[in-house]
Amino acid sequence: MSQDPIISFNNVSKSFGDVKAVNAVNLEIQRGEFFALLGPSGCGKTTLLRMVAGFEIPDSGEISIDHQLISGTPPNLRPVNMVFQNYAIFPHMDVRGNIAFGMRKSGLSKSELNRRIDETLELIKLQGYGKRRAEELSGGQRQRVALARALIKQPKVLLLDEPLGALDKKLREQMQIELRLLQQQVGITFLFVTHDQEEALTLSDRIAVMSEGHIMEIASPAQLYENPSSRFVADFIGSMNFFPGKVTKAENGKLSISTDSMGEIEIPALNSEYAERSRVWVAIRPEKLKPLFSEPKDFSNVMQGAIGPSAYLGDRSHFYVHLSKREEPILVALQNLERSIDMLSGPNQKVWLQWSTEALVVLPRD
Amino acid sequence: MKMNYHSWKPDGLLIYAVLYLTFIYLPVLFLPLFSFNNSTYITFPLKDFTLKWYDKMINSSDMHHALFNSIKVGLAVAILSTIFGLLAAKAVTRYRLKGRGSLVSFIMIPLVIPEIILAISLLILVSQAKIPLSLWTVGFSHLLLCIPFSMLILISRMEGFDKSLEEAAMDLGENAWITFWRVTFPIVLPGIVASLLLTFTISFDEFVLAFFLSSTDPTLPIYIWSSLRFPTKIPAILALGASIFVISFFVVSFAEWLRRRGVKVEPTSGI
Repeated sequence: MSQDPIISFNNVSKSFGDVKAVNAVNLEIQRGEFFALLGPSGCGKTTLLRMVAGFEIPDSGEISIDHQLISGTPPNLRPVNMVFQNYAIFPHMDVRGNIAFGMRKSGLSKSELNRRIDETLELIKLQGYGKRRAEELSGGQRQRVALARALIKQPKVLLLDEPLGALDKKLREQMQIELRLLQQQVGITFLFVTHDQEEALTLSDRIAVMSEGHIMEIASPAQLYENPSSRFVADFIGSMNFFPGKVTKAENGKLSISTDSMGEIEIPALNSEYAERSRVWVAIRPEKLKPLFSEPKDFSNVMQGAIGPSAYLGDRSHFYVHLSKREEPILVALQNLERSIDMLSGPNQKVWLQWSTEALVVLPRD
Repeated sequence: MKMNYHSWKPDGLLIYAVLYLTFIYLPVLFLPLFSFNNSTYITFPLKDFTLKWYDKMINSSDMHHALFNSIKVGLAVAILSTIFGLLAAKAVTRYRLKGRGSLVSFIMIPLVIPEIILAISLLILVSQAKIPLSLWTVGFSHLLLCIPFSMLILISRMEGFDKSLEEAAMDLGENAWITFWRVTFPIVLPGIVASLLLTFTISFDEFVLAFFLSSTDPTLPIYIWSSLRFPTKIPAILALGASIFVISFFVVSFAEWLRRRGVKVEPTSGI
């Protein structure tokens, strides 16, 4: 992607009382991106979004939109629009009234404005709903109206605060796809806030993972999932098994790491940040461990355990495996590719877990 | 066997409700009854039907004067109190105020102070400051009494609707003032109407403060009270009472109609 930031945060901080909601954030969002701010509640992501909208003022630092500093600009004069978490549909107006709300000063003639509203209604697939009032709309329809009301203003950036949080699961999945298509159709930069990692992975071009006012990592969804840079990110996005280890040798572009449960492992060193004797986590995703239910011939890259509690999830099963040298069981995910009712014969069944070296992630450990 | 669960049975609650309504409205209904009675004395049995008390009421300039005084004061108090109440409600519900709780309870004090105490202290204040007693002093004291009511009504209305509606309006390009007119005002309108009606009513029939703080220019309750010394004037007052009763009935019905066709505000959850 070409470097043309539409929003940049330059060392932005904001406190509420003693709580540092946003702490020295530097971030650039590129034109046309679908960008997610992801983190647990209270991590500062919503504050960051509200600072772009102008509802919160940074204590220090600068925000610019399209290369213009906007610190002194009130919300009504900023070239961004927002879709609120609860959609904030005006209850005393119908759908058309809501969509036309921001166009009072657009200078369009009445017929031109009506044409634009019709176009927008078509864009969000709500033709024929123009006369409905807010209380006559379902959650999904309200969200569409909130989108339409913002998009008709043709903002430089559309801000979305937990846009799908209030919808049920099926509708959420459908809206995820529609949002993505809509963003490609209108070509506007979307900046959205979510605590739902799946939503962030599905929708975004890039994700900033936040924790306690800091940005922990900014990367593409695949990069974050497959190659996270810290234990926090690895743990927050998806599930991850962590094994404490120690680097015993770092040379010739290879790391040798000794671990309790996985034994001695040797993996290519992608970067040179680990010196000999440094403490690391060796991490692996649950679905990247291959369970074998009979004793393998080759014991390299295999650890043995006993099956603990399991959960059947339809398309896949999750089960815990107890390892002899480790108190905490590890999680294994198994795709249910075959139609079989009881693949796992029950607790305490012996299992061998096999991994490939490429699936391992090495992370710093304090 | 089929059971009919809907057969009517006089139950305790219904009897209670009928008794309750009778107890409230029967005395009030004596007003119109005796206002058409051709006798100066308010006793049974009733005499002939007459409209002369209404004629007397219409031609009593003293009474008109008092009535217009009360309407004047009531309207001014209702409008000012609602404006102040609205501003205070906005401040209390929309901004992070320090000491919000104690501030609100401080403003609410006139609700709990006995009116006569309030009246005496205001009279002392006014005479110390050498302000002549007039409708102005009455109006001022009524304002003091009414603002807490307006605030209570409007705070609950403002708390009932979501702050993000106002933010959405600003986000869509409107400044604070236009946001107020296009979003806040229409949504709190039923509360504003309720506040106007309630405060007007409070001022209109307030006696104690008006008694202490009015001069020779009386409000209606003061006029009625002073007329009680002249039995011949009483039937005309009954006629006036009956008229006010009928007018209030229409005003309240109108207000209720207005409230029902107003915006339904959905309960919003906290963020």
